[in-house]
Amino acid sequence: MMAPAVHRPRALDAALALLADAPPQLRIIAGGTDIMVMLHAGITRASALVDLWQLDELRGIALEDGGRTLTLGALTTYTDLIESPLVQAHLPVAAECARTIGAVQIQNRGTVGGNLANASPAADFVPILSALDAEIELASARAGRRRVSIHDFFVGYRKTCLMPDELLTRVRVPLPAPGERLHYRKVGTRRAQAISKVVLVAAIAGPTLRAAAGSVAATVVRLRGTEAACAAARGRPTASDLRAALERDITPIDDVRSTAQYRRRVTGNILCRLLLEQGATRV
Amino acid sequence: MIRFRVNGRAAEVAESGARLLDVLRLELGLCGTKEGCGEGEGGACSVLIGERVVNSCLVPVSQVDGCEVTTIEGLASPALARAFVEEGGAQCGICTPGMMCAAEALLRACPRPTIDQVRAALAGNLCRCTGYTKIFAAVLRAAGERAAGEQAAGERAAP
Repeated sequence: MMAPAVHRPRALDAALALLADAPPQLRIIAGGTDIMVMLHAGITRASALVDLWQLDELRGIALEDGGRTLTLGALTTYTDLIESPLVQAHLPVAAECARTIGAVQIQNRGTVGGNLANASPAADFVPILSALDAEIELASARAGRRRVSIHDFFVGYRKTCLMPDELLTRVRVPLPAPGERLHYRKVGTRRAQAISKVVLVAAIAGPTLRAAAGSVAATVVRLRGTEAACAAARGRPTASDLRAALERDITPIDDVRSTAQYRRRVTGNILCRLLLEQGATRV
Repeated sequence: MIRFRVNGRAAEVAESGARLLDVLRLELGLCGTKEGCGEGEGGACSVLIGERVVNSCLVPVSQVDGCEVTTIEGLASPALARAFVEEGGAQCGICTPGMMCAAEALLRACPRPTIDQVRAALAGNLCRCTGYTKIFAAVLRAAGERAAGEQAAGERAAP
């Protein structure tokens, strides 16, 4: 198989200029952990790649908005998250999640921006971003910069609102409120290397729940109905009410990794157990 | 052109999206690195870029420009190789180069790992022969021997 040609822009503006008059089959590559597999298997074709790896403008983890927002450059790797003192201090659940993605080899290359742009419903890092109402920064030569809510970013199975000439540059994560505890749960065949059967994040603050799940619908989903059921019961829903609400929030399917029935059952189990542990549900 | 160093030697190859794995094996003749699954699951193709272990099947060669790449051929660690032999950490041998590269990355970052740290560091490397126990024992043994070696060297250097 012929290896595709590669453009290696040295600055963001140069990358955006390349994309502005994008020839067809120009594909963007960051850490390569998804697209290299698809290219080699012939699932994705590319006449040329735009290799972002050298764009240090897209790296870096920082606190902004007076310490209320953690920003992650699109090229932030899972290893960067695991090793970041800022992440450890302000959003340790992000490091906990990063440790469950692939194994060391994948953590060293896979990026937060790639996890979003690849738009897999099983993307393990995305439920955290959804539960915390993150914003995605996009840039293009045509329209400059814009911000999109994580809730508007995915428009369908493996589809995002990214235009062909746009790059995902940064993710802005509003930090949890004081007293709000984040919980991450991933269910797969083993602890390392597994693609999730179910992945769930719950942010719990007293009676208030914010939750999102992956691998249970065409995109990562925010569990709005479940959150409402929790709020309506002033934080103490019965397990059956919680499960009933959850059934309406998710639309799992049977696939090679699991079944719809298993996913429904296990998503409910995880959420009930988390709330029970927090003393926030009745059985 | 892409210019980088492999095992301490300068290399220069055409700029492309070719897999580092294929460049190492087919262009540079370094066939110690094995292709297992070709999709980042098995770790047989593990090499070091700088101090970090990666799957060379997932890295386009364009991303190693200016980097130091270390393959099994360049792992200057007799203690690690000896420990794999003495503990029975290698059987059919396909996973061994990748296992040793992942182990090397661990031992450079963490010279005296616990068994749990060894397990986590090698979680991306599949072996279908050994059952892993012997491999973990080999890595722990190599860590002990390297530490003892360094201590002995330190004592010799002391006045």
